[in-house]
Amino acid sequence: MKYSSEFRDPAVAKKLIEQIGEAVAGFDGQMTLMEVCGTHTMAIYQHGIRALLPKSIRLISGPGCPVCVTPVSYVDHAVALARRPGTLITTFGDMVRVPGSSSSLQREKARGADVRIVYSPLDAVALAEKTPEKQIVFLGVGFETTTPTVAGAILEARRRGLSNFFALCANKTIPGPMAALAGDPELKVDGYICPAHVSAIIGAEAYRPLAEQLKVPCVVTGFEPLDMLQGVLMLARQIVAGEARVETQYSRIVKPGGNPKARAILEEVFEPCDTAWRGIGVIPQSGLKIRESYAAFDAERQLPVAVEEPREAKGCMCGEILKGKVTPTECPLFRQACTPENPIGACMVSSEGTCAAEYKYGT
Amino acid sequence: MTDIILLGHGSGGKLSHQLLDELIIPTLSGVAQRDQNDAAVLNHGGQRLAFTTDSYVVDPIFFPGGNIGDLAINGTVNDLAMAGARPVAVSVGLILEEGLPLEDLRRILASMKQAAQSAGVAIVTGDTKVVPRGKADKIFINTSGIGVFDHDYEVRGSGARVGDKILINGSIGDHGMAILASREGLDLEADIRTDSAALHELVAEIIAAGGEAVHALRDPTRGGVATTLKEIALQSQVDITLEEAAQPVRQEVAGACAILGLDPLFVANEGKLLAVVAPEAAESVLAVMRRHPHGAEATIIGEVTGASDGKVFMRTAIGGLRAIEMLAGEQLPRIC
Repeated sequence: MKYSSEFRDPAVAKKLIEQIGEAVAGFDGQMTLMEVCGTHTMAIYQHGIRALLPKSIRLISGPGCPVCVTPVSYVDHAVALARRPGTLITTFGDMVRVPGSSSSLQREKARGADVRIVYSPLDAVALAEKTPEKQIVFLGVGFETTTPTVAGAILEARRRGLSNFFALCANKTIPGPMAALAGDPELKVDGYICPAHVSAIIGAEAYRPLAEQLKVPCVVTGFEPLDMLQGVLMLARQIVAGEARVETQYSRIVKPGGNPKARAILEEVFEPCDTAWRGIGVIPQSGLKIRESYAAFDAERQLPVAVEEPREAKGCMCGEILKGKVTPTECPLFRQACTPENPIGACMVSSEGTCAAEYKYGT
Repeated sequence: MTDIILLGHGSGGKLSHQLLDELIIPTLSGVAQRDQNDAAVLNHGGQRLAFTTDSYVVDPIFFPGGNIGDLAINGTVNDLAMAGARPVAVSVGLILEEGLPLEDLRRILASMKQAAQSAGVAIVTGDTKVVPRGKADKIFINTSGIGVFDHDYEVRGSGARVGDKILINGSIGDHGMAILASREGLDLEADIRTDSAALHELVAEIIAAGGEAVHALRDPTRGGVATTLKEIALQSQVDITLEEAAQPVRQEVAGACAILGLDPLFVANEGKLLAVVAPEAAESVLAVMRRHPHGAEATIIGEVTGASDGKVFMRTAIGGLRAIEMLAGEQLPRIC
């Protein structure tokens, strides 16, 4: 594992853990750090980071898994499209198992619907070209990291003159819910472990309002264990010093202005809109919808289907978990009725979900 | 249980076990969990025989380093070997889809013949069926096998004891990633090939060196090393702790897994075995493994750390601890 071994060095980890201990030695009380990226959530569990930190540092998971924050109504919409004759659904793997109100794409597939897992939206464009007799729908779920690839696929479909490629989009942007949660008095987020890859696109500057107006320290942090320990150390030092700045631990990838090319593609195809976040509700201008000029590729506009009335599973606490207000083990369904093989809530389905991480790696 | 079969029921993970434990085994045989091994051991007229069967539905049928034909022979040879048996004879059942090019079938049969010769097993009986186009996927193969025992030791999944070392004969995840890369047309810019191999000779060397100190053998195919160790932990009612830094993952495989968000511990292997060996014999068994071509990169990846209800842990490189559960749904569908 040489490619990442320098970011997993036990001696360096030990030193960072000692430095974190020194940083909070005189700190009275507890500091709550929230990560808002599913890959961070998995990394915390995967490397057993929580248990290595002082008791005064509490790590909680926020709404950082795009699958988990997607409302049930979107899954129901995708299910309705899967049932539509002549429609072929393409999606990243995680969406297939998410339960809707009465079905899931996995169940529809087992009943005969054409649902295929792809690794890139461009695979769906290629499929549309190869399969002119079907309408190919790509499920656009994700944050700023993956949305430019959806935009790129739409541009490519237009370039190839395809009239049978569509995207059903529930794409979202991350700073909105971070601001919403920072202002939640029940939660008290003392610092944000900001996402790595999202920040590579939007740039560290995107978090400046959080730090300056809402006084929450932000550190853009990488995914390897040493990245995460260093990110925690930087946040702890800011909190103890009473500061609130945006810092970038993951400077080998993230630039202040992000990736201008990806942002330009995104802005060409998408425009901001109000959107519903599972568990949080509607957050103004935190969603991305396909612009009118690309409406020909919008599944919602072009392929009307009757979608059932959404029903949330009884007792599911995904919403509270996504806000960091409860931990998975506090949900009465966790490990009982809700397991990865029989997921009731989205947090258990997605490989980046907090409940899936707790179930898979929690000791 | 769901009311219909899902792909995840074939993943080798939790859903597969649920289907077996709640429906198939209670209906057909009732064999207890601790006695569920890759091969059945039959006592017939004072002689022990190992008997196994396996079906192969891999897609694509040709992949870097092998094809469905040699995979089917090696897989059944290995299932016999993991019981400590010497494979003697196999059967071959072919289900062919209308439209399969004869040249593809020729290539597959030639590979099967070569794999059987290399493994020293005879293909003694078989069956062929053809189904209409669309009713199967090119070719499905079932192979059953019979093995004999050249020793009196019992090697089974329920044999692990506290203090035992966990040995593996080389890198993990190669087969699953080779299949995934070629099925999905992923341009990983890395040469990842299947590790498909017959391991009966290596097993014979392990048993010759370790004897009754070899408590369990299992090949970590579907569900990977994690799921297989979880099975052993459950069958033996022990805890197993792995050392993350000791996991042998080739850089290309680790990189591909990282890109795709997969854990190599859950990725299928077709030429690997896990040996659970008493601590006093671990080093000598390891030395023997390393002298064999299929064990040159053998290493100790963990140990049995306590008696319990079957938990598997990973001590992470930075000193943390995490639990390892069986694969829940499907990480890589239709791997073998």
